[in-house]
Amino acid sequence: MSLSGAWYLGLAAVVFSIGALGLLVRRNVLVMFMCVELMLNAANLTFVTFSRMLNDIGGQALVFFTLVVAAAEVVVGLGIVVAIFRRRRSATADDFHIMRG
Amino acid sequence: MLHAAYLMPLLPLAGFVVLAAFGRRLGDPWAGWLGTATVAGSFVVACVVYAGLLAKAAPERSFTQDMFTWIPVGGLQVKAALLVDPLSMTMALFVTGVSSLIHLYSIGYMKGDPDYPKFFLYLNLFVASMLILVLADNLLFTFVGWEGVGVCSYWLVSFWFGRDSAASAGKKAFLYNRIADVGFLIAIFLVFSKTGTLNYTGIFSHLSLIGGGTGTAICLLLFVAAAGKSAQLPLFPWLADAMEGPTPVSALIHAATMVTAGVYLMCRISPVLAGAHDAQLVVASVGAVTAFVAATIGCAQQDIKKVLAYSTVSQLGYMFLAVGTGAYEAAIFLMVAHAFFKALLFLGAGSVIHGLHDEQDLKRMGNLRRYMKLTFFTFGIGTLAIAGIPPLSGFFAKGDVLDNALARYPALWAIGIVTAALTAYYMTRLVALTFYGEDRWRQGAGDGVVGHGGDVTPHEAPPVMAFPLVVLAVLAFFGGVLHLPWHWSWDPLGWLGPVFGKAMFQAHQSVGTQWTLAVVDSAVALVGVGVGFSLWSRQVQRAALEPAVLQRAYYLDDIYDAVIARPGRAFAQFCASVIEVKVIDGAVNGVGRLTRAAGGSLRRVQTGYVRQYALGIVFGTVVLLAWMISRAVS
Repeated sequence: MSLSGAWYLGLAAVVFSIGALGLLVRRNVLVMFMCVELMLNAANLTFVTFSRMLNDIGGQALVFFTLVVAAAEVVVGLGIVVAIFRRRRSATADDFHIMRG
Repeated sequence: MLHAAYLMPLLPLAGFVVLAAFGRRLGDPWAGWLGTATVAGSFVVACVVYAGLLAKAAPERSFTQDMFTWIPVGGLQVKAALLVDPLSMTMALFVTGVSSLIHLYSIGYMKGDPDYPKFFLYLNLFVASMLILVLADNLLFTFVGWEGVGVCSYWLVSFWFGRDSAASAGKKAFLYNRIADVGFLIAIFLVFSKTGTLNYTGIFSHLSLIGGGTGTAICLLLFVAAAGKSAQLPLFPWLADAMEGPTPVSALIHAATMVTAGVYLMCRISPVLAGAHDAQLVVASVGAVTAFVAATIGCAQQDIKKVLAYSTVSQLGYMFLAVGTGAYEAAIFLMVAHAFFKALLFLGAGSVIHGLHDEQDLKRMGNLRRYMKLTFFTFGIGTLAIAGIPPLSGFFAKGDVLDNALARYPALWAIGIVTAALTAYYMTRLVALTFYGEDRWRQGAGDGVVGHGGDVTPHEAPPVMAFPLVVLAVLAFFGGVLHLPWHWSWDPLGWLGPVFGKAMFQAHQSVGTQWTLAVVDSAVALVGVGVGFSLWSRQVQRAALEPAVLQRAYYLDDIYDAVIARPGRAFAQFCASVIEVKVIDGAVNGVGRLTRAAGGSLRRVQTGYVRQYALGIVFGTVVLLAWMISRAVS
């Protein structure tokens, strides 16, 4: 049996919402990162679903771009987090509000 | 032989290039000899071309030599081409001839000057520009030469730029010329818009297109240019100040060659001018009035070179009187004769100044005929020639101008004849103060004047300076034979006739009238000489004859200062203190202040809390989505 595309889209929407909510309410930088990953992967899932529904390979190709960009973002982001953690012994996002304008 | 014409401007130009590259290495005096040789070579070429032109029949004496196309723009093809005809060759001959002599003289005069090679570099460039000016076959190429002589004049007037007065005199000359050049440029535009060509021959074959008001406008605009270059009212004050340059420069540029460029230009466009009677009247009137005004100023000057400068202005006025009358041959005749005797007078004055160690004040000279016999003799010939004593060149030339003026504008003739008396008077005053009376230069030491003391005896000029004096004296004496009034078979300047053709005005006077006029001219000249000599040969101070208004040249400089310079400076001051501070600085500072204020209020948005940024993004996304959905639904 095969599920209709709407289920996948619904799942993606749920995952995206969890990620967005997590990003807004959590303070731990690592958790916030994971939330961003959740959102990215929800988007990927949408791409793939639409690719299957519309029979267009373009959506699946775009997922690779998303993966590459996500990997790069994680590399840079984790590097920054590690650097900050070494100096301040904590990884709370609100601690960095000294960077305000 | 005519094809060698391009060598005329090219030789001095080559001299300029060589002097620019190796002038310092050549040094004194070889740089001078090189400069002289190129100009003399140019004179030889001019003689060859002249012979070639004479060999042709009179109506065919016109030859155009294309060198290259200078500005090819669509329908406008401006060529760097030379027009060799009797008019341009007459100019070229006397320009190169007089310039060679003045170059030769400069070798002696400039001896020991630290910038000796530079002087000859400028002189060579000047001669090249002047030859381009007279030989060019279109208005634009003429303008190149016109500007070339202008800039050389500026460099040479302010040659000793260490002196403040020389530097500002150079600026003054340049500014006056620039004002006049505007007229030239507008005239070029006007000619091109009406006829579509700039060639002289092309313009003259489209005369019907530039008749009436347009022709008058073109002539008057070109006359503005000519009035600036040839120092006519109201643009003449620069010429007197230009005497700050070395004396050979005064002789070359401000007496013999450059200042005649305006007269030449008016002669060149004679077919256009002949159709514009109003313009002719303006030219003739301005010429006559300038001649008179400058002569009166010349009567009261103390500086030997300033007297000569104002006499140049006065003689140029005569030339414009002739041009306005339509007597172009007479104008060129006077121009050539003037080149001889005025160059002679300036070089003689230079010799006096040299001999007295840079003394230029007439009141500090006197009795020099004992010490500088050759200078006195040649200077005397120059004086008699300019005064119009028969049978010297000035008598015939000035007589020719005045006879034609009488036939066409009798009122202007009256001004001319009075001016002739004044000319004889002030030149005699100059000679009397310089060469007669007591040895006033011996008293120079007491009153703090730097220069010579009482023990310095004036010395005669060295041979290299004396030779040009002698040659020019001979030419000034016998120059009249170029265009004698009665001997029609021998008339070298008569070959100009076909150039002017119908444009030329020819007074048909009876022999009796001509003789009467000749007697009147000579009588007036003799009276002027007599009065001048009896008044000034013994006495030095005659305040009544030198009123301040004449010494200050009718306060023309003060008037220009009050009317133009002061309001101009006040306007500049206004711009600097009000417009600059309030408007421009205000705008710049205002932009800065606005940016700071905007930044100050916007910085509060950046709190540094990542969750707030994320909330902003989410909020923004929701709004965007809602907007897109509402559009999709409706």
